[in-house]
Amino acid sequence: MNCQLLMLRLGEITLKGRNRARFEKAVLSHVKSVLEAFPKARITKDYGRIYIELCGEPAGELIPPLKKVFGITAIVPVAAAPSELEAIQQAALDFIGSLSLEKETAFKVNSRRVWKEFPYSSQEMNKLVSSPLLQQFSALKVDVNHPELELRVEVRQERTLLYSLIIPGAGGFPLGTNGKAMLLLSGGIDSPVAGWSAMRRGLEIECVHFHSYPFTSRKAEEKVIELAKVLSGYSGTIKLHLVPFTDIQTAFTGVGQDNLIITFMRRAMLRIATRLAEASGALAIVTGESLGQVASQTLPSMNVIGRATELPLLRPLVMMDKDDIISLSQQIGTYELSILPYEDCCTLFIPKSPSTNPNLRIVQKVEQHVERLDEMIELAVQNTVTLNLTPHAQIRYEEEGGPEEASELPRHDLELPLDGQAIREDWF
Amino acid sequence: MKYFDHAASTPPHPEVIRTVTEVMQSHYGNPSSLHAAGEAGMKLVQRAREVSAAALGVLPGEVVFTSGATESNNLAVKGAAFQYMKRGKHLITTMVEHPSVYEAFRQLEQLGFEVTYLPVRSGGSVDPQDVIKAVRKDTILASIMHVNNETGSIQPVEEIGRQLKQIHPRVLFHVDGVQGFGKLPLNLKDCGIDLYSLSAHKIRGPKGTGLLYVRSGVKLLPLLSGGGQEGGVRSGTENVPALVGMAKALRLAKEQQEDLGGRLRLIRQRILEGLADLPDLVLNSPQDGAPHIVHFSFPGMKPEVVLHCLEEHGMEVSTKSACSSKTTEPSRVLLAMGKANEIAASGIRISLGNEHTTEDADFLIQAVRSVVKRLVGLKGGL
Repeated sequence: MNCQLLMLRLGEITLKGRNRARFEKAVLSHVKSVLEAFPKARITKDYGRIYIELCGEPAGELIPPLKKVFGITAIVPVAAAPSELEAIQQAALDFIGSLSLEKETAFKVNSRRVWKEFPYSSQEMNKLVSSPLLQQFSALKVDVNHPELELRVEVRQERTLLYSLIIPGAGGFPLGTNGKAMLLLSGGIDSPVAGWSAMRRGLEIECVHFHSYPFTSRKAEEKVIELAKVLSGYSGTIKLHLVPFTDIQTAFTGVGQDNLIITFMRRAMLRIATRLAEASGALAIVTGESLGQVASQTLPSMNVIGRATELPLLRPLVMMDKDDIISLSQQIGTYELSILPYEDCCTLFIPKSPSTNPNLRIVQKVEQHVERLDEMIELAVQNTVTLNLTPHAQIRYEEEGGPEEASELPRHDLELPLDGQAIREDWF
Repeated sequence: MKYFDHAASTPPHPEVIRTVTEVMQSHYGNPSSLHAAGEAGMKLVQRAREVSAAALGVLPGEVVFTSGATESNNLAVKGAAFQYMKRGKHLITTMVEHPSVYEAFRQLEQLGFEVTYLPVRSGGSVDPQDVIKAVRKDTILASIMHVNNETGSIQPVEEIGRQLKQIHPRVLFHVDGVQGFGKLPLNLKDCGIDLYSLSAHKIRGPKGTGLLYVRSGVKLLPLLSGGGQEGGVRSGTENVPALVGMAKALRLAKEQQEDLGGRLRLIRQRILEGLADLPDLVLNSPQDGAPHIVHFSFPGMKPEVVLHCLEEHGMEVSTKSACSSKTTEPSRVLLAMGKANEIAASGIRISLGNEHTTEDADFLIQAVRSVVKRLVGLKGGL
């Protein structure tokens, strides 16, 4: 199709009263950051819409990243013409011509005269646009009730827009317009989907991952980094906090309450996440819990575990079926990573029969008897390593990379490398 | 000594040699090990997979690393046959395939499969219509090479793939791409290819490595069971340095394909013209064959004699394909093209590579002419 601009429709944010400007600004700046890779494209804003004048940039390459921008409900490739009858008719001919229709296609023209000074009414325009089309293209057959192809003609003062294809956008609220939350990111299927759902609802997310090296492998950690990078594709950049959890986890194995160990661990995680949230100004904790999925996600478990924090616990997947979660994770591009086999800290030390109905008082009492628990939690927070991730930045293992590589990574990334195991890109 | 046997093996690219050396020195860890050295090995294998996939225009997950084309071809043919034998036991291939395909089919015949061996036209190519017509209800696989390793004949694999997928989408399509890659363009995704074999040492990579493209969704019964490497399709510790070297060779071959193909085509044309007026030689390569192979016969003369005479002139060529050059049987490929026994038993293959120039071509032409002149009187006497 001969598309000159992309029209982005903004969704429910247009319903917002006084906050609308803020929401629109957020989505606009997100779109702008996507367009940095396409310098020729220009943006204009209209009520409830954003227009991207392509100016020669390829629409096909712009659409995939735009589909990841929250707050946009639809992406519409548009051809434009001056608001004069003959020009519109010609543009409609070009438009349909570029579709190279072969088989018979049920079709209708749907005109809308936004600019009331235009001499022809919407009804008249439907006829005036469709009759030359029907003459020219024998494959077209009018069917106003069930058209396969609906050519929309929007007559505005500055110009007339023609379009038919409407590509669904990501929907939701613009990035970060509903505040910030910490996401517990395990490496499984659920937590990345929970993170995406939260981001889609306008939350800015910082990820928290607990690792138990040497009980978990570096690969598990890298898998989480990759997952966070996928999520950063929806926000441009994302923070990942890597929390050393080994000491706390091993401390719990010594208390002789094996069936409660998951409960203890989850509570300790929430306490650490709460501390990290305070430091980042986040007001909630997002988890991938889904009711009844495993022992720690029964209602009694959620009750006992959830009491470890005073922050709201947001569980976007709580009422979803696993199959639906899986299909979402496939859509957002985290599934293939999630099913990599590396164990995270929750799958280690799993007791034979984890409690599905823990008793809050017993749990609290045992915790009081774990030596230095508060201290260990404090230490874990202090020793947390934070990475700033972007979708395509490589975590390099080279010692001193060039300056541009160094600026891509915060300094502490370099603490991850495999000593003397540098991988050089010039080998490939 | 001038080397004219690139269809048998190529001189490795200096960059490939450097890569293999450096990786071999620094990364000896087993990619399946969980320590840092193992992990670095796994990373190298992954990166090699990404680079190889990009060179082929496929997804990284669709690349299975093997020990070379013989294994790739065996895995494709037998792996598919065993995996899908419940659908049927009929297979299609041509009479001119490389032994690693042809013999795999012969073996499957002994195991109860039925194989249709398609004939070729005089130029050595199969008729796409013959492929379509050969398909039966119980056909599960068609395997057709891209470029013939003896004569350089090009098979219309694009057309075959497209027609096959349009008419019989369930029949898997394997292409042995060993002699085509880096010389001719081929878009795997555009023409319905499900399986595609490559060897690294034919494109200036290291020996002992190859790959098989397995389109996502296609399953193969593994021929090598073990530690579950390569997604379980091909167990065995990865040959890390060679795989990295192959990835580089693939990338370079892909980038330079147009340039190399163009240059070799001119050199080949010069050789063809330079030998055209020798009545004692029979040209077996079609005019429109692959740019790097010239194949002719000197009927009545043992090809080894010609080979050794050319060696005295300082050039290394090949009789038949290198893999089968020790036998004195007439070439199965040439017989399938309808050549007489005498011609089929006296083939000489000259194959070209990156370093050849028009001067080399002239040198070769002179050498062949003088060898023919010297031997022609002895015909039949040897």
